[in-house]
Amino acid sequence: MTAALALGDDALVLSHRLGEWAGHAPVLEEEVALANIALDLLGQARVLLSLVGDEDELAYLREERAFRNVQLVEQPNGDFAHTIARQLFFSVYQHLLYERLAAGDGTFADLAAKAVKEVAYHRDHAEQWTLRLGGGTAESHERMQRGLDALWRFTGELFQPVEGTGVESIGVDWQALRAEWLAAVTDVVERATLTVPTGRQSGAWQAGAGRQGLHTESFGKMIAEMQHLHRSHPGASW
Amino acid sequence: MAAVTAHQQKHAAAGMADRAQDAAQDPVRAAAFDAAVAADDRIEPRDWMPEAYRASLVRQMAQHAHSEIIGMQPEANWITRAPSLRRKAILMAKVQDEAGHGLYLYSAAETLGTSREELLDKLHAGRQRYSSIFNYPTLTWADVGAIGWLVDGAAITNQVPLCRCSYGPYARAMVRICKEESFHQRQGYELLLALSRGTPAQHEMAQDAVNRWWWPSLMMFGPPDEASAHSEQSMAWKIKRHSNDELRRRFVDICVPQAEALGLTLPDPDIRWNEELGRHDFGDIDWTEFQEVLKGNGPCNEQRLAQRRTAHQEGAWVRDAAAAYATKHATGRPGSTGTTTQPGEATA
Repeated sequence: MTAALALGDDALVLSHRLGEWAGHAPVLEEEVALANIALDLLGQARVLLSLVGDEDELAYLREERAFRNVQLVEQPNGDFAHTIARQLFFSVYQHLLYERLAAGDGTFADLAAKAVKEVAYHRDHAEQWTLRLGGGTAESHERMQRGLDALWRFTGELFQPVEGTGVESIGVDWQALRAEWLAAVTDVVERATLTVPTGRQSGAWQAGAGRQGLHTESFGKMIAEMQHLHRSHPGASW
Repeated sequence: MAAVTAHQQKHAAAGMADRAQDAAQDPVRAAAFDAAVAADDRIEPRDWMPEAYRASLVRQMAQHAHSEIIGMQPEANWITRAPSLRRKAILMAKVQDEAGHGLYLYSAAETLGTSREELLDKLHAGRQRYSSIFNYPTLTWADVGAIGWLVDGAAITNQVPLCRCSYGPYARAMVRICKEESFHQRQGYELLLALSRGTPAQHEMAQDAVNRWWWPSLMMFGPPDEASAHSEQSMAWKIKRHSNDELRRRFVDICVPQAEALGLTLPDPDIRWNEELGRHDFGDIDWTEFQEVLKGNGPCNEQRLAQRRTAHQEGAWVRDAAAAYATKHATGRPGSTGTTTQPGEATA
């Protein structure tokens, strides 16, 4: 397993979840924005997966236990606040990570240099909505807090390089990344008049489970839908 | 068809009455309007225009905008199941473009003194229409290709002449929209071509989709000329440049060789080249089905409107939050300090 697969799966799976919003967004501008972010992530996934092998074989023919994405990105969309909370946690992480990768001279430098510009936009979008929902109405405030609280336990995994994925060897100081992520998230959450959750930051099994191919239950259904047509026509090209 | 004729007469009578009233109130400006239309000049938002012209444009542009928004649904239905990452990216980009087209068109309609909110309310209440084509279901992946080739193809045939429409904001929106639509149409054609040349099962899937989408696509041009309620007046105002039947014939002429190149057949045994007229003859359209779909009795009418209403209702708290935030932080952009507010900007 390589880091490209882990990072590619993160982008692929989050892109898929955001794609589920199409036609259901609260306002037309968000139809455009969510599709735009999904498309950026899908582009990143295609480049990353292509470093490992055939993008379609990897996306459509692996089973649940072979996916290496963090559990955070596979979490169902929930309401708009839940989606924004997931997006905030992930895009701040991805932005900080890709900034580091872009500055280095590793395999991912070129890819990260391009992607970091997209991710900066995703982060801005998530931060702005966190501020709006947190500082909007009593209802939006409550929903946004609920989203942050519900997803908090999936954030620890982001900084847990797991042996075997290669993520540990891509030249990133994970402890420093974690500290910077927490500072950035805390800043936005507090400006949004919300509270940074205090619960444990580990998921269903343990932090790092997704990177080992241990996923949450909704993930299997998600990939069943994603892979169904491709698997129904073995060997066909599209 | 009797209902359409009655409606047509009523509409024409109302239009003539409005027109007479407008002209009587302001004969100088009415004459200037007529002269501008005759000279192929563009009418702009601040120009005087007959009330019936304004109402007719609002109706048409709203319906067009609504079609883009409802039209996202049948295609979005396949985003999560697209069979390759390349196709998934293309489809996501297309659905995103459609939301963008909706936004252009609502903006263009707003120059006539209405608002997006008002138009969406009318859509949700069933008081304004969207294209009948989107009341058909997307049952297989090939439907995504058939929509691109046939539905977008019919839309382009309809819309390219609108780039020369007499109302400036509509014409300019259409220039941008048509560029993207022709791109989508080529992508749809290419999708079908890949299926048609693929495995036997893929070929069959493509043929089945074309069989189901062909006739509904022909219905997109609207009722036959003799039963078209708005055509005559729209053509006189140069909102519309060609009749429904004329555009429909043009579309058939374009599609016949394309179907051949695709290696697919069109589900109409009566299609044949008419040497004398220099165009294709084709079979009769089932206008009863068309009327039923328009009346709300198509396969997906209820589902489409229900999803749109649900998205709007479930998004209400998000829009309320954005509005409340904007009121509290009058400079608009979240995170701004509020110290750069200019006089007059502080009303959100």
